[in-house]
Amino acid sequence: MIWVWVMLTSAGCYLTKLTGLAIKPERLESERLQRWILMVPPAFFGGLVLAQTVTDGNQLVVDARLAGLAAAAVALLLRAPFLLVLVVAAAVTAAVRAVA
Amino acid sequence: MLGLYGVSFGAVSVASGLDFWQTAALSALAFTGGSQFALVGILGGGGSGLAGTAAALLLGLRNGLYGVRLAPLLQVRGPRRLVAAQWVIDETTAMAVAEQRPAAGRVAFWVTGATLFVTWNASTWVGAAGAAVIDPAQWGLDAVAPAAFLALLSQQVSTDAARVAALMAASVVLVLTPLLPVGVPVLLGGLAGMAIGARLLARDS
Repeated sequence: MIWVWVMLTSAGCYLTKLTGLAIKPERLESERLQRWILMVPPAFFGGLVLAQTVTDGNQLVVDARLAGLAAAAVALLLRAPFLLVLVVAAAVTAAVRAVA
Repeated sequence: MLGLYGVSFGAVSVASGLDFWQTAALSALAFTGGSQFALVGILGGGGSGLAGTAAALLLGLRNGLYGVRLAPLLQVRGPRRLVAAQWVIDETTAMAVAEQRPAAGRVAFWVTGATLFVTWNASTWVGAAGAAVIDPAQWGLDAVAPAAFLALLSQQVSTDAARVAALMAASVVLVLTPLLPVGVPVLLGGLAGMAIGARLLARDS
């Protein structure tokens, strides 16, 4: 069954990209549609950050991931490059887990 | 720079219950990290494939917008368009539009696309194979995806509307997680965030 979702996701993601390249820009001129699409990344990244940091199944949990995310936030505030932000998050999470 | 992100995706995907080939297929065929993480994150948490796929596809919508932006620059038709489409993602768009001259922008797109495609897939294989040997949690690899989402989010919250959309989505996830099947809170939060953000944008414009 996982293959079905893998393939649906793959096909859908590819077709979205292809549609963007192929569509006539006039078709997207609806300002209402543009406003909705503009809000997709902040809304979904905002929700996913929480979902992948403080949830485990249907439970809200506080564990080492939250420390890693806090460290990543500090790295971002210090304008660290993307890769360093990820390394900091992994390292702090691993360290807190090792200690705990 | 995608190396660790790709290793993390491979490891997290296998830890979420996908096998090596399913993981490799996603990186080769979907080739858009945010959507891939959304799908395996929701599947790994016990959520339904439908919710995971829906979240992945909604996140992938932004690549469609990048395509609209890149189309006049790339000027691709036929088979070249079919190849170029796969490489329309955050990083290639950022590199291509950063160039002043169209020719340099096209070069930036193709070079960045090819480099990232190779790096992303190779690092996915390393992570997916490695997850069988090491424990991703012990290395903190499960924190890489949320950190990546936070980094991507930080580039997206330049307006009040975007900040409110993100906060709304995060709040909905917190409130609904204990109540609804895994994955559904992310979807509903995303839709609620989009709705309030779009409304604020309309008011401000």
